[in-house]
Amino acid sequence: MNAPRTLFEKIWDAHVVAPETTDTPAVLYVDLQLVHEVTSPQAFDVLRAQGLKLRRPDRTLATLDHSIPTLPASGNGERPYATPAAKAQVARLETNCREFGIELHGWNSSERGIVHVIGPELGATQPGMTIVCGDSHTSTHGAFGALAFGIGTTEVGHVLATQCLLQRKPKTLAIHVDGELPPGVGAKDLILHIIGRIGVNGGTGHVIEYRGAAIEKLSMEARMTVCNMSIEAGARAGLIAPDDTTFAWLQGRARVPHGAAWDAAVAKWSALKTDAGARYDREVHIDAREVKPTVTYGTHPGMALALDAPVPAARDAIEQRALDYMQAAAGKPMQGTPVDVVFVGSCTNGRLPDLREAAHVLRGRRVAKGVRMLVVPGSEAVRRAAEAEGLHEVFRAAGAEWREPGCSMCIAMNGDMAQPGQLVVSTSNRNFEGRQGKGARTVLASPATAAASAVAGVIADPRAYPQQERAA
Amino acid sequence: MKPVTRIHSRTAVLADENIDTDRIIPARFLTTTTREGLGRVCFNDWRYLPDGSDNPAFPLNRPEAKGCAILVAGRNFGCGSSREHAPWALLDYGIRAVLSSEIADIFRNNALKNGLLAIVVAEAEHHWLLDNPGVDLSIDVREQTITLPGGKAFRFELEPFARHCLLEGVDQLGFLLQHADAITAYEQHLEQAA
Repeated sequence: MNAPRTLFEKIWDAHVVAPETTDTPAVLYVDLQLVHEVTSPQAFDVLRAQGLKLRRPDRTLATLDHSIPTLPASGNGERPYATPAAKAQVARLETNCREFGIELHGWNSSERGIVHVIGPELGATQPGMTIVCGDSHTSTHGAFGALAFGIGTTEVGHVLATQCLLQRKPKTLAIHVDGELPPGVGAKDLILHIIGRIGVNGGTGHVIEYRGAAIEKLSMEARMTVCNMSIEAGARAGLIAPDDTTFAWLQGRARVPHGAAWDAAVAKWSALKTDAGARYDREVHIDAREVKPTVTYGTHPGMALALDAPVPAARDAIEQRALDYMQAAAGKPMQGTPVDVVFVGSCTNGRLPDLREAAHVLRGRRVAKGVRMLVVPGSEAVRRAAEAEGLHEVFRAAGAEWREPGCSMCIAMNGDMAQPGQLVVSTSNRNFEGRQGKGARTVLASPATAAASAVAGVIADPRAYPQQERAA
Repeated sequence: MKPVTRIHSRTAVLADENIDTDRIIPARFLTTTTREGLGRVCFNDWRYLPDGSDNPAFPLNRPEAKGCAILVAGRNFGCGSSREHAPWALLDYGIRAVLSSEIADIFRNNALKNGLLAIVVAEAEHHWLLDNPGVDLSIDVREQTITLPGGKAFRFELEPFARHCLLEGVDQLGFLLQHADAITAYEQHLEQAA
């Protein structure tokens, strides 16, 4: 009998083209590469300079998301790009995709969206795959039991040319989430709580497998939120074993198998779980019952705590600098801090259930005076589904802006940004200094907490804003 | 890539922990389609005051830090985004090596592929280097040693393949392309299994 293996080891072993040796890393096969406009132009240039072809156009999928405006085109079709450089970068991806024969979900595609939202939507993301992208939040796809991780532009070029990467085998870290999340507490609270516990470097060198009763109960969108932020703990990737929730979510999507091939795929995918007795390099236990609505108070995602818990005193000059930047006071909770901007969206929280969660709080309520709120769907498909349920009307009636899909204020490179000193309650993934605009102060939160804070004008507990009856 | 065998320089220190790639190069400068010329926006929002003049509080703006090619940084340098623009910006700014007690995975990988030495040093040596900016160091990639002015040296770990590529100036894409037959065989095996 074979030795018991972890889920990670099963996927890794199935993709080794050449095993690693002392002197050389493994050659690892990549099933799918996702491409966007920001981290790819220099990689295509390498192919051109060396006269190389794209090895597998059928295993390459591109979209526009980072640099693009989320405001609509004007009457003459002109899009309000932040800079001529942004426009040129998008044009470059269009040219590259034409030249190399890559399927691009560009402006004319009804499936365009954030790369980590559309991969799963199209069924391009499947259990057991290896998936890479020049984007650290590629870990999102791990929610489907795929080994998915971010790479740099040089490696984007490697995969374009060879469909392979040179990789040393990472270590494994199991995060067991036992028990059940309390009512009003969701996946974003959980992952912020986890990063707060293990730290922003707690996963460095490791692939995390999230497991346990609380994880099994999560929807696919919630699992994507959890896996998305694995990189914020420094991990190479995050994984969740596929199960019936996964299969039900994927069935019928454009790129998954159909008919008898679907049944065969599910049978194969069902074996993608960690064997009893398999060993992880490290294990951490989290009690889901202890998780509360959680926000960040500092300048990295590890500085996270329950929104009603007092901000801890700085342990050193570096932490003090973070508190000073955030204008956070030790001893006081984040709850009650005045808010300038609220952002709901991103590859972390830009899917339909995230928008519903925010709309539930906003329905029948108004965004507080002086607060600007942006709601940015993660994809065209999310936008269509949200509009079909009237969520856009809920947001607009509350005084929020309803935008076109894109990364928007998560990375703030498309012109959607906060002003110096402004406090942003954001459903995105990074609260680094200046991430959402020079001098902007970011507090990471769930969609429910973001919406409640928009209504209150200060950071607020969403449990104090129960869903109101729908207007007749 | 040009071979990198030895770096000799004074050190400059950025003691902050968790210096993320957004701080190394803010996202709004990522609309470029080339690798060149990013040094002028390296650490942009830390390095310049709102009026565009040098921020005297940014350690690398101090006169004694000018021309330093070795950066000693606080723990967990390079965390966050996978943007390779971060090592491109550091190299163009004049940094040839980054030393820290911990370096984020993707950044380290990207750095080494561009000939920027991303070196993890032990806690004790890290503390000493943080506390002693402006010290002359000699980094030897072949011997995997860092030598202090008095001649005292300590060893660092370097992934053997990365070391080989640095020393020989090996293009890793060329190495991968040599596996074309194995890749084709793997793909055939995949198609048969499907």
